[in-house]
Amino acid sequence: MAALAPETLARWQFGVTTVYHFLFVPLTISLSVFVAGLETAWVRTGSEKYLRAAKFWGKLFLINIAMGVVTGILQEFQFGMNWSDYSRFVGDVFGAPLAFEALVAFFFESTFIGLWIFGWDKLPKGIHAGCMWMVALGSVLSAYFILAANSWMQHPVGYRMNPENGRAELTDFVRVLTQNTALAQFGHTLVAAFLTGGAFMVGIAAYHLMRGRHVPVMRSSLRLGLVVMVVAGVLTAVTGDRLGKIMYDQQPMKMAAAEALWETQGPAPFSLFAYGDVDEGHNDVAIEIPGLLSFLAHDNFSEEVPGINDTDAALREKYGDKLGIDDFRPNIPLAYWSFRWMIGFGMSSFALGAAGLYLTRRRLWLSPRLRTADDKVPRLALTRDRELGTALTRWYWRLALLTMLFPLIANSWGWIFTETGRQPWVVYGVLPTAAGVSPTVSQGEVITSMSVFIALYALLAVIEIKLLAKYVKAGPPELTEADLNPPTRIGGHDAEDPDRPMAFSY
Amino acid sequence: MQLHDLWFAVIAVLWTGYFFLEGFDFGVGVLTRLLARDRGERRVLINTIGPVWDGNEVWLISAAGATFAAFPDWYATLFSGFYLPLLVILVCLIVRGVAFEYRAKRSGTQWQDRWEWALFVTSLLPAFLWGLAFGNLVRGVPIDADKNFTGDLADLLGPYALLGGLVTLTLFTFHGAVFTALKTTGDIRPRARRLATMAGPVCAVLTAAFLAWTQLNSGGSVSFVASAAAVGALLAAVVANAAGREGWAFGLSGVTVVAMTAALFIALFPDVMPSSLDPRWSLTAENAASSPYTLKIMTWCAALATPVVMLYQGWTYWVFRKRIGTRHIAGNH
Repeated sequence: MAALAPETLARWQFGVTTVYHFLFVPLTISLSVFVAGLETAWVRTGSEKYLRAAKFWGKLFLINIAMGVVTGILQEFQFGMNWSDYSRFVGDVFGAPLAFEALVAFFFESTFIGLWIFGWDKLPKGIHAGCMWMVALGSVLSAYFILAANSWMQHPVGYRMNPENGRAELTDFVRVLTQNTALAQFGHTLVAAFLTGGAFMVGIAAYHLMRGRHVPVMRSSLRLGLVVMVVAGVLTAVTGDRLGKIMYDQQPMKMAAAEALWETQGPAPFSLFAYGDVDEGHNDVAIEIPGLLSFLAHDNFSEEVPGINDTDAALREKYGDKLGIDDFRPNIPLAYWSFRWMIGFGMSSFALGAAGLYLTRRRLWLSPRLRTADDKVPRLALTRDRELGTALTRWYWRLALLTMLFPLIANSWGWIFTETGRQPWVVYGVLPTAAGVSPTVSQGEVITSMSVFIALYALLAVIEIKLLAKYVKAGPPELTEADLNPPTRIGGHDAEDPDRPMAFSY
Repeated sequence: MQLHDLWFAVIAVLWTGYFFLEGFDFGVGVLTRLLARDRGERRVLINTIGPVWDGNEVWLISAAGATFAAFPDWYATLFSGFYLPLLVILVCLIVRGVAFEYRAKRSGTQWQDRWEWALFVTSLLPAFLWGLAFGNLVRGVPIDADKNFTGDLADLLGPYALLGGLVTLTLFTFHGAVFTALKTTGDIRPRARRLATMAGPVCAVLTAAFLAWTQLNSGGSVSFVASAAAVGALLAAVVANAAGREGWAFGLSGVTVVAMTAALFIALFPDVMPSSLDPRWSLTAENAASSPYTLKIMTWCAALATPVVMLYQGWTYWVFRKRIGTRHIAGNH
């Protein structure tokens, strides 16, 4: 059965586990920064709402990072398990950033998270907040090394082919870490992570504000989240444009597929909607904006953009006989729609962030229920109708809850686009995906592991969502005497009271 | 010394660090059913390793990542060859990490009970399976001329490898028991000591048998010294534990783990995965290694990063150096 060939199964397994893992990574990165920032705000100002906010978001962060960490272990192992020929071929180049990630970033993150969880009564508050900054630094570094490794698969540089053992060998590690693909991917992914965390924060803050609960903590969180959403939204678009231009240069096929641009054209139009015949290589229905694609690819409205058919012919000419591949096109409808879902959900998140920032200006963030005086009703520029203003804010709160999911969906489609748009290559222009799979791992073994992971991940998803819901509903914790008087020296209070209960965040 | 030999040593050190550190936290996980009498005591056990287990586990991630980078063929053959045991280990590590974090996130007895059972099983299985994997690694498995593992699961379940599994399981449990005695106060402390006194001799017999068998297969004079040191340190740990010298006992059980892991790696060298089909097809530190340039970069990274890692991980242990007992656990945990 071709559909269940080990390669297909291994690809599905990688796709499923990666998308799942990446639901947690962006939240981990951004929430760690938010928690560190809020705790620092408490240290600096002494305002209790910041400590309550740090504890509240910290709890949600911990539930989330637990899943991010454990699903990350599988990512490292499955290269060897399912993709052993790939590992042999690229280990010399690709392994190094992975090893760096473990040694430099992951040790950092996991050690300091332990200190943060259990250190509330052992560390002075400044050092305790510093531990979360270390966690944030570790997770950002970790993302950087992983993205550098992935970028090498998108655009291999700094290596040479060793004819003796037939593998890729590293010649310039600095180039691998600093090539434009790596930097652009890192920038895009990092700001998208903040868009994700901002939307998460806004949604949950809106949930409480809609009910008029925990107002001081949630007001600060809401404003923080909204500002982050708007700034990160703009930056996501800017970095995405940058990354797109690099991709036009390095992987024209991926971008042509993203636009369902069959024939090479100049000026090239941007496609709004297309429906076509993949086998025949043309669109039946196409709604387009003339010239815009040329601009997106090359910064002017007339330059030629290569189409799918010409690119495919050129690749067949170059590699076809050597590799025995007669079709160099990725799954085109998938590339076309995943690209649109990514941009659509990303842009919508930004738009909702901007709308929220507008609606909540002048402290008009309150729930309609909490308002008593008329003058607290938002006066909107678009309407003088106070009833409509109230209704709009109410609907905005509801929409904000839904918007929490938008960046997560955009992130997932973004990865699906990046990875499937590169096919049939696992290392672009160097190693076809089919040549990377483990030759001795049986279909049964991959089916077993895939079933186990899908079942396990589904179960964990249910548990995770229930826990998140529980802690979201519970709201920020009340502070105790012990919370407000952390130790002033490392090691804690034990000398004064040896029976004092441990304070920890598990 | 060639770089690939150095990297063989670095990988050995990473595994040794992993077994030393996560060894005791696996052991503590096993003790949640063998030693703890109620939820409060299980919470104490969990809290003795709570701040550090995650950092301990990164030694494994580093060992795997470093193997990928420094010995791609070793990584590829090992991970695709030991597919099903690794699958079980992975599932355990995933569930275990979640169990630590989620156990106290709800107060229901049933909820906590389930996570405690999960923690027990997911500590026990990897403690056994790592020994099984290393037994197979040292003894050799069917590897063909293309460096691929050609065997099946049955090849991995030989008596020597199974004994290896029992060794790591009992050794980690012993290591965890002396760690618990060192880190706790109150009623749980003398019981941990008693359990170590009982488990120690059993573990010593198994370890001695396993290392002697290793010695017969592929040992030399250096691995003999390491093996003897492992068994000697284990016996000394039993004595120190019985005498109530908990710091010494833990140090010595640590020496046992280190010496045993060292003995296995020394017996393995210069192979990294011997082929049971034909010695010419064995993976060696030389033929499985990355290019000298990659190894040089990795050497710089390891030389700069490892001392810093040890410094801040050591600091963590120092911050949480106080003993804890049930009286330090507030209600509902």
